[in-house]
Amino acid sequence: MKYSIEKQPIDKLAVVKVEGRLDANSADILKAALKQAAAEGLSNLVIDMQAISYIDSSGLSALVSGFKAAREHNGLLALAYVGPQVKMALELTHLNRIFPIYENTETALDALAELGKG
Amino acid sequence: MAQLLGPERRLSGWQQKLENWLDKRIPPDVHLRHELKVRVFRVIALADVILGLYYFYFRYTRSLNLHALWFSIPLLLAETYSFVDTLLFILMMWRPRLRIPPPPPPGLKVDVFITTYSEPVELVRETAVAALNICYPHNTYVLDDGNRPEMRAMCEEIGCGYITRMPEWEDKPRHAKAGNVNNALFYLMQQQKAGDFVLILDADQIPYPHLLDRTLGYFNDPKVAFVQTPQWFYNVPLGDPFGSQAPLFYGPIQQGKDGWDAAFFCGSNAILRREALMQLGLVTYVSETEQKLKEVLSKLPIEVLAKQRRLPAHYRKVAKQVMRAAESAVSALRRGEPWAFVLDRFNATIQTIRQELIAADLSTIAQELAELQMIEKTSENGRIDTDVAEVRQVIEQGLMQLTNQLAEVAAPPVEILGIDEEKWRTLNLDLGEALDVQPLATFSITEDMATAMRLHALGWKSVFHNEVLVRGLAPEDLGSALGQRLRWAAGTIQVLLHENPLFKKGLSWPQRLQYFTTMYSYFSGFASLIYLIAPIIYLFFGISPVVSFAGDFLWRIIPYLLLNKIMFTFVAWGIEVFRGEQYNLALFPLWIQAVMTVLAGEKLKFNITPKTRQSGVYLNLVKPQLTITVLLTIGVVYALFGLLVGWRNDVIGVLVNIFWAGYDIFMLSVILKAAVYRWPDA
Repeated sequence: MKYSIEKQPIDKLAVVKVEGRLDANSADILKAALKQAAAEGLSNLVIDMQAISYIDSSGLSALVSGFKAAREHNGLLALAYVGPQVKMALELTHLNRIFPIYENTETALDALAELGKG
Repeated sequence: MAQLLGPERRLSGWQQKLENWLDKRIPPDVHLRHELKVRVFRVIALADVILGLYYFYFRYTRSLNLHALWFSIPLLLAETYSFVDTLLFILMMWRPRLRIPPPPPPGLKVDVFITTYSEPVELVRETAVAALNICYPHNTYVLDDGNRPEMRAMCEEIGCGYITRMPEWEDKPRHAKAGNVNNALFYLMQQQKAGDFVLILDADQIPYPHLLDRTLGYFNDPKVAFVQTPQWFYNVPLGDPFGSQAPLFYGPIQQGKDGWDAAFFCGSNAILRREALMQLGLVTYVSETEQKLKEVLSKLPIEVLAKQRRLPAHYRKVAKQVMRAAESAVSALRRGEPWAFVLDRFNATIQTIRQELIAADLSTIAQELAELQMIEKTSENGRIDTDVAEVRQVIEQGLMQLTNQLAEVAAPPVEILGIDEEKWRTLNLDLGEALDVQPLATFSITEDMATAMRLHALGWKSVFHNEVLVRGLAPEDLGSALGQRLRWAAGTIQVLLHENPLFKKGLSWPQRLQYFTTMYSYFSGFASLIYLIAPIIYLFFGISPVVSFAGDFLWRIIPYLLLNKIMFTFVAWGIEVFRGEQYNLALFPLWIQAVMTVLAGEKLKFNITPKTRQSGVYLNLVKPQLTITVLLTIGVVYALFGLLVGWRNDVIGVLVNIFWAGYDIFMLSVILKAAVYRWPDA
């Protein structure tokens, strides 16, 4: 797994691009990165899931941790470009009811920016 | 030129006279004559062994030149190699079997397979038409590994079946000819058209119409797995410049092996019993799978340990469980528990471990959600509308079910447990092959020998039917001829390394030795090299491998070698074998190359022998032989000159070595002539 965090012009907002397999080998790394981002003030995060080829239960767990961290800092974590395998895993665990899920990063960013204004 | 239908008997003048004389005195009963011939052979052979032992006792105890051990010991070892070769040969020829074919039972279902990859359509057509014309009822199929439309069209035109690889083979190892035949065996089974017997023909092996009538009768014995008939080439010019014919092998040698129930299958011109092939395929599958599983499982604990450090904490604990499971699986296999059970148990353990990991992750998620609930309650920024409490409840209450469902779609990868994907496939019995069950052995570039050996080990019998029923094409240039020999030699040595017949369970000791004899003979290149160099060293430097060439040495070696020669002449009565003998020595670099290639573990490619004539001069292929010939010739002249001008006075030594040098030059000349051979019409 590889990831990169792209800060957005709007305050607190960033896109996290994740690539590869989000499984037990890499879940801890992403979890730590998301927590750190939230702690450093990037509390509104959009996870670009387009390049995630596979997610397992520990990957889901990392996303939930990231969500919790964002909320702790009064932010939000949204998912964009959710592929079929990830979608199925989210639906099975009903986690799709926790995460705001968007078609693409643009709509996700718009939504989070709205939230930031209010 | 009249087309020959088979090899002619070759007798020299004195042999013909002797035969005429004997004909008048011995009744024309073939069995009686065969029996007589065997007895005479045994007498000659025993005498040869006694003379040999007498000679070698002297060689080992009194003859070694202790001042040049670097020279005398290798030569003695080479001679010992040859003596063992002779002993094995004698054993092989001890009770050759004379077969009279029983009439073929009516109603057998026979398929004829013609294997082709790149041969021209017209060549295959000739074979296919001849196959269609075989008298005994049968179905004919061209097995086209080249998947060529023009080949299919030709088959439709003449009304013969056409088979190419099934879709399963895509991206899988193809296993050359063995794979092609295995594919057809299963294809016909799927089509419910499979016959009970299969005649295998190479694309250039044209069968005679009575082939099946002469051979099917042997299958009256339900234990007979295959009947092999000779290979004989009709395109070989007078004098057989490339030594293509193998009348000694497809005659006395195969009859000898047949006597020990070890006639070889040679890949073409043979009829096989499908049931035997299928049984072999299954047994091989079971044992090879077990072997692979043992390998994978016994390496697993080490790899798990190596990976442990990089894992998340709760994964580290399970690594131990995986190790324990692997260890107990290996010991269960060693105890002889059926691998299907062992595997089920192991895979179930892995599955349980993965589920435990998923359950742990789900618990973490539930825990996080509980904390999230607290955050949402206290948050001043609680504007979002999420069902945290509900989702948490769903997860906590449906933990078992969710775990099972996630195991299907989002399970942690097995690599985490130290099992890479390839191993996991093996553990799930996906061995990466198109066909799990492969009747013809596929590990060697010559599939035939290993297949026969495994059939014999399963208790099947084989038959060598000594009658030319197929005429074939031999390579028509030196390069192709050498390529073919190299492939046979290397393939045979591969079998030795992969499945040493001496330790093969299920084979009788004589059978083991029959296979070993053939493998052993392919190591002759090293001995030949020493024989060729020895006279050069003596003629140039006067260094002798023996204390003295005179007296004791000569009157021990001459009777031994003379009787040896008589024995071979007797075995090869009526057959042209001298060309083969010449090539056996002259191809020493090729035999050495074959051994070294296989020992070095280099990958051998299955070269299709070209069926079209490549013309040209091939001196570059025979450099070692050319060098040795030149050195021997100069050595002879140099030594004679030395005697003449009085530099040296070892007359007997020089004469003995000139004799050997002359013999060697004569033997090597065959391949030098072949290298510059011009076809009469070219």
